[in-house]
Parts: sequence; C-alpha cells; structure tokens
Amino acid sequence: MRRVLAVWCPDWPVLSAMAEAQVPPHRPAAVLDAHQVHACNDTARGDGVRRGMRRRDAQSRCPELVLLPANPEREARDFEPVLARLEELSPGIAALRPGLAALHSPARYYGGEREAAAVLAEQLVALGIWDCRFGIADDLFTAEQAARAADQQDSTVVPAGGSAAYLAPLDIRVLDEPETTDLLRRLGIRTLGDLAGLPATDVLGRFGADGARLHQLARGGDTDRLPTRQPPPELVCEVTFEPALTSVESVTFSVRRTAERFVHQIGARHLVCTRVLVEAESEGRITSSRSWAHAQWFRAGDLIDRVHWQLSSQGDQRSRSASVGPVTCVRFTPETVEADVVHADGLWGNADASQVERGVARVQALLGFESVVQPLLQGGRSPQARQVHVPWGERPLGLRPRDLPWPGSIPPPAPARVLPEPWPATVLDAGHRPVAVTPRGLLTGSPARFRPHQQQGWLEVSAWAGPWPVEETWWEPDARKISRFQMVGVDGRAWLLACSDDRWWTEASYD
Amino acid sequence: MSSTLRPGPDLDLVQQLRARVRQMESGGLREPMPMHPALRGLVRMHPGSSYRTDSTSLAVALLAGPSAQGTWTAVVGVDDLGLEAAAELGLDLSRTLLVPDPGSHWAEVTAALLDVTGVLLLRPPARVDAHTASRIAARLRKRSAALVVQGDWPQCEAQVGLVRQQWQGLGQGHGHLRARQVEIAVRHGSGPPVHGTVTLPGTEPPRILGARQIRLLREVG
Repeated sequence: MRRVLAVWCPDWPVLSAMAEAQVPPHRPAAVLDAHQVHACNDTARGDGVRRGMRRRDAQSRCPELVLLPANPEREARDFEPVLARLEELSPGIAALRPGLAALHSPARYYGGEREAAAVLAEQLVALGIWDCRFGIADDLFTAEQAARAADQQDSTVVPAGGSAAYLAPLDIRVLDEPETTDLLRRLGIRTLGDLAGLPATDVLGRFGADGARLHQLARGGDTDRLPTRQPPPELVCEVTFEPALTSVESVTFSVRRTAERFVHQIGARHLVCTRVLVEAESEGRITSSRSWAHAQWFRAGDLIDRVHWQLSSQGDQRSRSASVGPVTCVRFTPETVEADVVHADGLWGNADASQVERGVARVQALLGFESVVQPLLQGGRSPQARQVHVPWGERPLGLRPRDLPWPGSIPPPAPARVLPEPWPATVLDAGHRPVAVTPRGLLTGSPARFRPHQQQGWLEVSAWAGPWPVEETWWEPDARKISRFQMVGVDGRAWLLACSDDRWWTEASYD
Repeated sequence: MSSTLRPGPDLDLVQQLRARVRQMESGGLREPMPMHPALRGLVRMHPGSSYRTDSTSLAVALLAGPSAQGTWTAVVGVDDLGLEAAAELGLDLSRTLLVPDPGSHWAEVTAALLDVTGVLLLRPPARVDAHTASRIAARLRKRSAALVVQGDWPQCEAQVGLVRQQWQGLGQGHGHLRARQVEIAVRHGSGPPVHGTVTLPGTEPPRILGARQIRLLREVG
C-alpha cells in the first residue's frame, strides 16, 4: 500500500481572486457565489465571516470586507503552476480541486515523509505560495484531514494503520455531505468515530450506497485510487535558423520539416489542430505573431501557407518576392486541438470540397489570404451589419445571432446591393429645403426630390417610407441616432437612405 | 450457345447506345442548367456560355438556379453584394466563394475559379478586350461552366435586361417595400428580345408578353 501525501493551499479561491483584483493580502476578503460566502481569508475569518454566510450578514460582521466574484476557471488556471512545480519533483499528481492536490508520498527518495513534505513546501514557497500544508496518511481522505490540521508550511503524519484512530475524534461535518451528515447528527452521531462504530451492513441498509461510502471513509478505508494525471504533452514546435533568413521564400521552405513534425505529433495523439499561433522571432524578439483558425484542421501545407501569408503581409503587400527582417526562429503553438474523429472525412471522401480548396488556394496565392471570403449572415439592424465577410479557411467567431428581434431593422426583402462605403446623399422637400429628422423622430418636411449620389442627377420621389429609428449604443457619449428611409424614384428604382444629424447617406440599393 | 443469341433485339440495343453516345458527344454539354423558377421559360442557361445583365438581383437569380441544385458558385469583383437578398433569392451562401476586390488580377482569378465552380458572377473592373474574353470563353467551354457578367462583355449568348420595375407596398410616408413587378427583356444573339413580367422576390413563373401587350404596357407606363 502506497502512502498518500495531500497538498492543501487554504483559501485558494480567495488568494486567486485577490491576486487578480490586486487586493493587498492583509485586507479581509471573501469570494461570493450566488450571494453566499464561498470562501474567505484568515483576516475575514477573524472578524467572524464564515463559509455559507449570506452576503449581507458577512458585510455586517466585517464592513471593510472586500467582496470578489467566484471564477472556478481562473482558480484552476492559477493552480496549474503549482501542479507543474509538484510534477517536476514527483510524477503522478492528482489535481482534486483548485487548492488541493495529492500524490503518492515520495518518502523513500527524500529519506522520510516529513522531509518529503518539507522539500515540497520549499518549492511552493519559492513559487510565492506561503500558506501550504501537507498531510500524509494511508488513504486520501485521511491525508486531506491531516493536511487541514497541519500548520503553515508544515505537515501532519498519520502513522501507517492509524487512519481510523486519527479520524475518530473529528466532527462528522468534515465529510462535506450536508444532507447525510445533518441527518446523522440528529441521530446523535457527531464524530467520525461514532459513524465508524456502526455495523457496515446497517449503514448500507439505512443510507444506501452513499452512506456506505461515507462509512468507509470514516473508518479510514478510502480505497479510491488517486486520479493521477499525465503531464500535459509538449506540442509546441519551433525551428531556429542560423544565420538568420531574410526572404519569405527561404523561411517557408525551411519550416516544412517542422510543420510536418508538428502535424505528425498531434496526429499521433489522435488529435487535430484547428487553431494555431504562428510566431516569428528575430534575435530573441518576437517580430510577428498571429493566431490562425482553420475551417477544418491544419495540415502541413496549410501551416506553410500561413507562415508565408503572415510574413509577406509584414513586408511589401502583393509583391511576389517579399523580404522581411531577419528571422531567426519560427514557432507553432497549438491553441485549440480537437479529436480527429470529429473531422474525419466521409466514407467517399470530400472530393468536391477539396477541389474547391485547391482553387481557392490558387487565388490566395495570387492576391493574399484575405482576398477570398466566405459570405455569412448575422443579426443586426442595418443591411451592412447583417452580413459579414470571413476570410476563406478561417472559422467565423463572434457572429451575432439572427433569431433575435433586432428592433429598427428594415423588413424584408433585403436590398440587393449593400454599399461597403455609404454615399453622401441629399434629400429636399417640395420647397427645396433639406429634409431633416427632429430629435423627436419627426420629419421637417415630406421628401420630394433626392440625389442618391453627389454625381447623379436629381430624382423625384414617387413613394417613400420611414423613419425606422435606431439609437445605436445610446449608453456611449458619442451615440448616434440614425433614421432609415426607403425611397422609390420616378424611374422605379428603390434605395435605402439613412439620416443622422441632418446628414443623409445612401446605404443600399434595391437593384 | 449460339441458339440463345437473338440478333434482332441486340442490334436494336447497339443502335440505341450509338444514338446516345452521339447525343452525348454533340449536345450533351448543351444540356441547359437548372433555372430559378421566376426565370424559367424566359432565360435558358447553357454550360460554356456567358450572359450579360444590368441588375444585381437578376444576376443573383441567374446564379441561384444552379446553386440550389448543389453547384458551387463564385462572385468576383462585386464588393456590394447584398448577401441577405442573395440568400432570399435562393443562392446557397455556404457554397459561394466571394472575391470582392480582385484588382488587376480579375482575369486570372476568374480563370482559376472557373475550374472549381459551375457558375461565376463577374463585374469586370476595367474594359474587357476581346482577347481576354475569348480566353475566358475557352475556359468556360472546357470546364462546362457558365459566366454571368454584370457590365460590358464583348461576346455573350444572351442579354438579360431589366426594362421597368414597379415596387409595391410603399406609400407616401407609410408601408414598406414588399415586392416588385419586373419586366425583363431577354435578347438571344441578334434576334428580337423576349419580354416577360415576373414578381420578385417570388417563385411564380414569368408571364411571357406578346408584342401587343408590350405596346399596351408602353402606353400605360
């Protein structure tokens, strides 16, 4: 039986939140989740703040309490360096939750359990974590309880076979199963020893499998194996050039082997990379960095294309033989990897799509990566906002949902031409006065003639409708109030015009 | 075994197959492309030909027919295409490639995309010389693709023009644009144009107009 060493960093959610909000460590602070105290630091605890307390009660006990939002992802992220440091000393770390980790005690190597804990403590203090506590026991549950009893940077060792005796005087509430422990307390069972004293079959009969598990924990017979993790693999690939290369062609030629290695080692783990960060360095300084997403996944050729586009966009645009500053290193970092089964080809292959990809690649080679776009629709108020061009091969991100109502949008049919740059327009009423929209959304006159473009002739208005008022980002100081109008000239052509601050634009044409 | 050979029917079959092969060799390529319902009967598009139009909506409608059948389409040089309107007309945006600004490389881009798409909409940014047009026409025939040009083009099979349009649903300060009655004139080669009226957006088949009706419409409008 291998002994278990538990590493506990108390109040980790608070520490993580305080580090992010840059709260000085001596201030009382608490992390709130659903208006209840989720965790608090020692100073706050000294003022009587407790876990599970309502926000109002906590503030009444300690008015200067700093309240911070809970963010489990950030807590886990901040704990990652701790795990990595522990992994350097001993493989097979089990990350139980942010702030608590366990490993098989490396006592023999360090010449004793206390000594092993002291080495780990030294490493964590070097990382800036002053409050870390260690517990060593036969099983995980007992080790965790022992760590909670330990002093700062110290360890509690429960001798082999002594788990049950160590746990017996502890309050039953340490089991952290409020429903069952409340019932047990009402039945007069207040310590783990009381629970352990009950016959196992009776506990199973009365409390079911959950109760039986708690009973086993209380007897120090936690048989769960440590859910140890594999250290995350190193998937970053880089290639260095000595001497530095100065032409895009030579760089793209030289990264081929590295790109193939990158794709191969990800593929060996049955993964594919869908988002990659490409960085180019010059003398240890990052000169070019861009994250690329792929509609499917990156093959070696795609990566080489991205390097080419990225470096040549730095140099002279659209010139074939672009030269860049000296490049000493190119690095590929996978940002998103997915299981390859998600992106597997159909049984008959995707011949049609791959042929299109080849045609697109030829145009991209001619005009640059952003020249071929994928037309997409999204939600929005103006016709311009309702469509978006995404470079071919990029994954569209942050599209606005189309199924929301979008008040102020123009009812269908949509205009066939949406001008990328609106034209300045003029609208006059019957008295040849410019038409404007009052702050209350009324027109100063009925439109009689208009000119959709300054170079075009005047058109009599045969029918019109509007305004469709839109107050975009009214909470910003430079908010604009826009009113849109549909106008049909006597020649039968319809236009979409917009008016804001007495100025008119032509936004689209129903061509 | 020779008793089971019946010369009569087998010879017929050979003749039939020969006829089919002849048909495929000569006219198979000229099988017309599927059309948008609103243009059916008015315009016929054949692979390997180019078509001219002056209206963005009509150009998109020409693309929409083959696109609805799963053909890839490309739009070159049109930087103001209303995507929502295109989708309303039936263009499948997920199988559409857009090159809004090909600059001076428009001919190379068109040629490259004709290899992978069935129909291509082109708005040439500059005057087109006959040499470039004939090179693209050769590519069209080789790839059995169709070209829709918005603008000038030296040689084309048909011109699809928007003669007049009348919007419905809009009043003096009220209502909104709902649909329009469009009169389309289609001129194949040097023959007289065929006129038809159709409601856009819509899927009703067009009403082909005779000479008398056109004269009446002229007098009214």
